[in-house]
Amino acid sequence: METIGTLIIAKYNYWAVVVLIAIGLYAMIAKKNLVKKIIGMNIFQTAIILFYVSIGAKRGATLPIIEHGHGESTHMVHAADYINPLPHVLMLTAIVVSVATLGVALALAMRIYFHYGTLEEDEIQKKIIGDEPDKIDSSG
Amino acid sequence: MKRLGLIAIIIFGGLLFSITFELPDLGDASSPASTHVSPYYIEHTLEDTSVPNVVTAILADYRGYDTLFETAVIFSAGLACFFLLRIPERKAPKARFYRHLTTGLTLRIEKGGRIPEESKEFERIDSAWVPNDVIINMTCRLVVPFVQLFALYVIAHGHHSPGGGFQGGVIFGAAIILFAISNNLRSTTRRLSEKSSALLGSGGVIIYLGTGLLCILLGAGFLNYSGLSVFPGLDPVSARSYGILIVEIGVGIAVTAVMVWIYYNLASAGTQEEGL
Repeated sequence: METIGTLIIAKYNYWAVVVLIAIGLYAMIAKKNLVKKIIGMNIFQTAIILFYVSIGAKRGATLPIIEHGHGESTHMVHAADYINPLPHVLMLTAIVVSVATLGVALALAMRIYFHYGTLEEDEIQKKIIGDEPDKIDSSG
Repeated sequence: MKRLGLIAIIIFGGLLFSITFELPDLGDASSPASTHVSPYYIEHTLEDTSVPNVVTAILADYRGYDTLFETAVIFSAGLACFFLLRIPERKAPKARFYRHLTTGLTLRIEKGGRIPEESKEFERIDSAWVPNDVIINMTCRLVVPFVQLFALYVIAHGHHSPGGGFQGGVIFGAAIILFAISNNLRSTTRRLSEKSSALLGSGGVIIYLGTGLLCILLGAGFLNYSGLSVFPGLDPVSARSYGILIVEIGVGIAVTAVMVWIYYNLASAGTQEEGL
């Protein structure tokens, strides 16, 4: 039983990432409403952010701000004492960019709504094809 | 389609799940991600840039190109929202509405009528009924300045504590959006117009780019802030620290302005009237 416990403690972050990726991808594939697709895309982005940040963690380390960095003390800095700052940098910019791209996605959805009067994918498809029943893709 | 999607997701998730056993454990200090370049960053940041916050130093100095183009991406997103949604200003409306602030009465003034002069008693509104909740207005009026002050602190203190241009910029933008939600879009655009938010957004990117070009002019590489040490009182190491600060301010301005710009266009569907 102890091995299962240590396995859970060692890997649970990846399992959370897998669950979030699956939810986001399912929403993007299966949902017909465009806003729900956008929400799915955001859940997917959150999963990626969680993946990167959890990779940066180190047991027994503190946040990557060098202690006593304000004086002139020239003590040695050990990399093992501080968590990996690189994933945090990458995700810092990714979060803000994801907000900006969310804005663009919502703007596109808004234009589609003004043009077709709906956000449901199958109804939009019908209006594009022009209500000819034999041309409508039955699986869509 | 739904069932097909579900099956594909289950297969895909199962594959991902089986891979997780090969990945390094959570908190493993000897994982590949933590042994390649990140020890160099942690051990040399202080002597290279004199910035204790390693995240800030990597963001604006070691990976300066990345951050420059991320800022450009954010500005492009604001521009894309503008081009997608903005509707050119329509002709002068038939009637204008003014609210008498002390009584809450709405005046409807037809074309040709006498428009109230600019005064503190009347406020122009967009439609006959714009909600005016005193409690929400006063609470937000109290909260907004402190949020903005905190945002400036986060930008300015990014060298020594968690923070920096992106975080502070988003907080500042959120403060302005809070004001826009609690009041109305017209009174917000009177304080920060759409044009000035667009100019500020591009100005922030130009501050970043200009710092990099200034470094070239001073004889160092692009975004190599040690070139700034020609200014009196700076050695190459502290010049990097100041270069990072300038760049972070540019990022903060750009992020603030673009967040507000996107909100203006999304909330009003491009008309810049009424809003939420």
